[in-house]
Amino acid sequence: MSRLALLLGLAVAATAPAWVWNPYHLHTLIMAGIFAVLALSLNLLLGYTGQLSLGHAAFFGIGAYATGLLTVKLEWSAWIGLLAAIVLPAVAGYVIGRLALKLRGAYFVLLTISFAGCVSLVSVNWMDLTNGPLGLPGVPPLEIALPGLPALSLRTKSAFYYVVLAAVALSYLVCLALIRSRVGRALVALRENETLAASVGIDGTHYLVLAAVVSAAMAGFGGGLYAHYTRFVSPEVFLFTYTVTMVIMVVAGGKGTLAGPIVGAVLFTVLPEALRAATSWQWQMLLYGILLVGVLFFMPEGIVPALRGLGPAARRRWSPS
Amino acid sequence: MTLEAHDLTVRFGGVAALAGVSFTVAAGTVTSLIGPNGAGKTTAFNVITGFQRPTQGTVRHDGQPITGWRPHRIAARGLVRTFQKTSVFPGLSVRENVLTGLHLRGRVGVAAALLTRGRVRTEERRLEAEAERVIDFVGLGSRRAEAASGLSYGDQRLLELAVALAAQPRLLMLDEPASGMSASEKVTVAALIGRIREQGITVFLVEHDMRLVMGISDRVLVLNYGRLIADGDPAAVQRDPEVVRAYLGSGAHAHA
Repeated sequence: MSRLALLLGLAVAATAPAWVWNPYHLHTLIMAGIFAVLALSLNLLLGYTGQLSLGHAAFFGIGAYATGLLTVKLEWSAWIGLLAAIVLPAVAGYVIGRLALKLRGAYFVLLTISFAGCVSLVSVNWMDLTNGPLGLPGVPPLEIALPGLPALSLRTKSAFYYVVLAAVALSYLVCLALIRSRVGRALVALRENETLAASVGIDGTHYLVLAAVVSAAMAGFGGGLYAHYTRFVSPEVFLFTYTVTMVIMVVAGGKGTLAGPIVGAVLFTVLPEALRAATSWQWQMLLYGILLVGVLFFMPEGIVPALRGLGPAARRRWSPS
Repeated sequence: MTLEAHDLTVRFGGVAALAGVSFTVAAGTVTSLIGPNGAGKTTAFNVITGFQRPTQGTVRHDGQPITGWRPHRIAARGLVRTFQKTSVFPGLSVRENVLTGLHLRGRVGVAAALLTRGRVRTEERRLEAEAERVIDFVGLGSRRAEAASGLSYGDQRLLELAVALAAQPRLLMLDEPASGMSASEKVTVAALIGRIREQGITVFLVEHDMRLVMGISDRVLVLNYGRLIADGDPAAVQRDPEVVRAYLGSGAHAHA
């Protein structure tokens, strides 16, 4: 059942550029993919360790600025920029993880919000480095240059779509590998009962730092992709809206599940665009809100756990006993 | 000699929860720590396992000072405890609870998890086999797939024991393992403690049920108002006039 859904999903995702003719629709799918990377990243902290990062846009933004600055100001290769978009946020994630030490729950939330606020202020006010509110235009597109062959630009939407699809797959596999090992169990132990975890030898600080580093690296990767896709970086990448959107995607999709963030990301990227086409601006936000409340009211665990629950329930209903 | 506490003192403002307590727990024994409510038993456990810092005093394990170490590091030395208030991973199944308890028996880190699928799989298979053994040992075999939060109280306490055993203790510290249990469940726990000891694991327990304590202990330590008032074999401790006074009040010795 879930295997069939997975194969079907993969087939649809892999062939999308062939049947999505409208470039605007393809753009929406690319954004859904970037948000899927971000939601998977947030889910590592929120879904598995149980700690809510409300400053996740900071890692996204640091990633976008890392590659933006290196490629625009120093004219480095876009691939090195993308690598920096992973490494720099990871370092920031390490610092946040270490600072958190014994801060959990509301205190962890406050720490991450403050961090994002600081980084955002730097991006606006350090004019010499970031151009402030004007941003950094002219971020180069990604291109594949193999020796002896003409450079293949990934500038087109359909080409970039596959870059993002690969990024989602990679992020998913990283989460899957962690969750299926003792590392994943240690993360979940923090969420379930950190005191008991410590008494059986699990170092809570170590694993929280680890989750923060991987999560930040992944969010930064999403930011790097966003920079090379929109070809422009501005302080807008630090908007609180991005963080809130990620939280909605993770919670509505199903936190602590691997498929949940992806389902949430696709749904809550496509939905506003569909509503925009269908209704006026005021109705759009209202309907978005009503739908979100509806999802959380009827599926408090999220969409993916609710659908999973349907399988056994249906089997019980149809079994002869 | 496995565990030595020397001059342990914990003060909360003007109140001394522990006032200079010294004792040892010998390897291979079952040693019980008893005393009226508020005597400082759980505080002693917290200090030994690193969940609380002593105001004064030292704890040594096999000669190594471990005072002030963080709990996970103490657990890695083989000092594993359970908690007075039932403490499991509520959202996880019995099997996952025990697998989580097996953390110290695994080696896979992030790099290995991300890059070596084969190694992870081999380790997972080994850990799963060990988890099955521990689950069967405490007798939760028929409950392995159930969520911990859905278990009966008695089964949750057994699961707690299983999680602690999974961490491969050399010294297992049980904080009131039989509290709130029915008479038959207490018999099960007493038998389990006996079998744990047979495996060469030293047991140090806090317990209120005197029949249980006197039946399984080699040695009994008695705390009252943060001081050690008796230390000896169960029979001697039961006869000790100061212990009788502590438990029954000062009027009692008139009848004794």
